[in-house]
Amino acid sequence: MQAAERQAATVAKTDPIILRVEGAYKYFPVGGLGGLSVRAVDGVDLEIRRGETMGLVGESGCGKSTLARLITALLPVTGGKITFEGQTISTLRGRSLRRIRRKIQMIFQDPFASLDPRMTVGDIIAEPLDNFNIGNHKQRMARVQELLRLVGLNPNFTNRYPHEFSGGQRQRIGIARALAVNPSFIVCDEAVSALDVSIQAQIINLLQDLQREFHLTYLFIAHDLAVVRHLSDRIAVMYLGKVVETADRRSIYEAPQHPYTRALLSSIPVPDPGIERNRAPITLKGEIPSPVNPPSGCRFHPRCPIARAPGICSDQEPPLEPHGHAGQLAACHFAGQI
Amino acid sequence: MAQTLLQVEDLHTQFFTRRGVVRAVDGVSLHIDAGETLGVVGESGCGKTMTALSVLRLVPDPGRITSGRILFRGRDVTKMTDDEIRDFRGNDVAMIFQDPMTSLNPVTKIGSQIEEAMTAHKRFSPQEAGVRVIQLLKRVRVPAAERRVSDYPHQFSGGMRQRAMIAMGLANEPSLLIADEPTTALDVTVQAQIIDLLKQLNRELGTAMMLITHNMALVASLCERVVVMYAGRVVEEGPVERIFKSPQHPYTWSLLRSVPRVDELRKDRLVSIKGLPPDLSNAPPGCKFHPRCPFVIDRCKREEPELAEVAPNQVARCWVLMRNVPEEAAEVTKQVVISEEAAKKLQEIPGAGS
Repeated sequence: MQAAERQAATVAKTDPIILRVEGAYKYFPVGGLGGLSVRAVDGVDLEIRRGETMGLVGESGCGKSTLARLITALLPVTGGKITFEGQTISTLRGRSLRRIRRKIQMIFQDPFASLDPRMTVGDIIAEPLDNFNIGNHKQRMARVQELLRLVGLNPNFTNRYPHEFSGGQRQRIGIARALAVNPSFIVCDEAVSALDVSIQAQIINLLQDLQREFHLTYLFIAHDLAVVRHLSDRIAVMYLGKVVETADRRSIYEAPQHPYTRALLSSIPVPDPGIERNRAPITLKGEIPSPVNPPSGCRFHPRCPIARAPGICSDQEPPLEPHGHAGQLAACHFAGQI
Repeated sequence: MAQTLLQVEDLHTQFFTRRGVVRAVDGVSLHIDAGETLGVVGESGCGKTMTALSVLRLVPDPGRITSGRILFRGRDVTKMTDDEIRDFRGNDVAMIFQDPMTSLNPVTKIGSQIEEAMTAHKRFSPQEAGVRVIQLLKRVRVPAAERRVSDYPHQFSGGMRQRAMIAMGLANEPSLLIADEPTTALDVTVQAQIIDLLKQLNRELGTAMMLITHNMALVASLCERVVVMYAGRVVEEGPVERIFKSPQHPYTWSLLRSVPRVDELRKDRLVSIKGLPPDLSNAPPGCKFHPRCPFVIDRCKREEPELAEVAPNQVARCWVLMRNVPEEAAEVTKQVVISEEAAKKLQEIPGAGS
C-alpha cells in the first residue's frame, strides 16, 4: 500500500480545497430565561481537499452531525463561514443554493428511517432528478436502472418498496439516491454504523469503488474509529463542539497529540487476544459536560489526565495549531505530552 | 477440570409463524464452566440471542423450545415448574440487555428497582436489600452511590444506566451473567469502562459470563472461549487464541477480515461476504453458509458437515477448512465490485452530466 498511501499524500498536497469551514458556530436556543443555548458547534475550522476522504469522529453530542447539517446547508450557521468551491454556502439563496445542493449529497445512518416507505425504489432514486429537472421520464428511469446496477442491486427492482429490502440493500438504495445527480461531495453520516459486519464491509468497499470511479470527495462521519481510519485520508476529532485534532490517518494513531485522541484510540478493542490482554485504556474522569455551559479554558480539562487546573488549562482556550507530524493540528497546551 | 455450570444439548427453538416454521436455534450445543467467560458471536438473526433467551425460558411468542436439554448444574431448565424457573432466573442466571433505557422502569427510582430484584427472591430482607443496593452501585462504580440510589433512570447517562443494570443482574449473586450486546449502544470511552467493569467482576466474584455480540474485538478483550453461530447453528468453537489466529470455518475467517482494525492500516480491501444470511424458515440444503461461501465445493451443496475437531479444543462445521485453502484463492474475496464501463456509462446519461 504504500502506493495507495502515496496517492493519498499526493491528493493532500496538490488538490485544491473544495470545502472550507471557518469559525463555524451553531447555537440552538433552549428557551427559558437568560437566553441559554446548546452550543452544538462552537467555532470549528476545517479544510477538505478535492478527492480526499475526511473522517470526522467524536462521541455522542460532540456536534459532528450538526456540523454535517451546516455543511450540507440543511441548517444555517449562527456564525462563521462555510465555502464550497469558493462560494459561501451560508449566504447563498435561491438558484445558486440549489446548484450547490446538487453538488453536495448526503447518505444517512438509518436505512429504515431515511427512505419513504410509501415510495417505490425507482421514485426514491429519481426524486433528486425530478427536483433538479434532470432529463425526461424515460431518461430518468434509465438512469435509475443504471444506478441500481452500479450499487449492486437488480435493475428490475424499481417498482418495489423499501420494506422488501434488507438493511444493507436499503443503504445501497440511499447511496444510489445520493449519486443520482452526479454530486462531487458526499457527506456520509454514520452510513455503515447500523449494518451487520459482513454487510458493512460490502458498503465500505462500495463507497471506496465509487470514490475512485467518480472522483468523489467524502466527509465520513462515524463513532467507529477503526472504520474511519480504514476509509479516510485525514481525520478530525471533535469534542464538545470543537475540533481538537486533525491529522493524516497514519499520524493520528502513531503520534496522537491531543489527550482526548489518545483516550479515544486506547479505548478501542482489537480482534487479537494477545494484544487485548495487555491493552490498558486511558480512562477519562466523569462524563461529557453539558454543551449549554461548557467548561472554561480548554473544555476537555475537567476530564483530562494531564490538565493543569487550576492553571493554564482552566484559564485559556488552546488554539488549534501545528504539533507533531507535518499537517497535524492539535488544540492543547501540552500537545504530545501524554 | 472446572465444573460445568451450563450445558446446552441439541437445542431447537422454533417460531411458528403464518409464513412457516422459523428455525431460530437449530441444534445448538454449548457449555460454560464455572467462572468462565464465553463469547457467542454472529450477525443479526443467527440465533445467538434466542439461545440465551431459551436458557432463561424467555422465548417470546410465537416461539418455543421444541427439543433439546438445558442443564444448569445438572438440572434441566426445560423441565422446571413455573415456580422453579422464577427462582432460577436472577438467582442462578441473570441477563443484561443492549439498551439499558428500555430495560429500566422510567417511573421507579434506580435503587427501588434493584431492591425489588432482591426482595422478589426473598434472599435478603428489605432492610438488608436497602444496604446492599448502595454496596452494589459502588461495586459497579456509580459515583456518589448513596445519593444516586434515589435518582430516576432518566437522570442517569447511558453508561451509568448500564452500570445500574449490571448491579441489578448481580443483586442475587448469580453464578452466570448473560450479557447481550452490553456495550453496543455506548460511546467508545464508556464502552471501555464497561468492559473493564465486567472483567473485574468476573475476576473478583467468579461470575461466569456469556457475552453475546457481533463484535469480534470485544470477544478478544473479554472472553476465554468463543462460539461462532450462523443461521441457527454453531459453525465453530474454540479457545480465543486459536480461533483468532487460525479460524477454520470460512465464515469465522471472513468475519475476522471484514472489520477494519484501528491498529492497522490495511493495504487491501476488506473481505466482504457476498449476499445475505438465509431465511431461517427456508434454509438452503447442505451447509447453511454455502451460498455465500467463497470456497464452496460440490459436497457443501448436498451434505451438511458435522462439527468436527480440527485442532485440540477447536471444532468447526466445514468440508473444506481454511487450512486447505491456498493464500491466492482467498484473494477472490477482495475483488472490485464496480466495473469501469458501468461507471462510464452512468456519467454519460444525457441530461445527467454535471
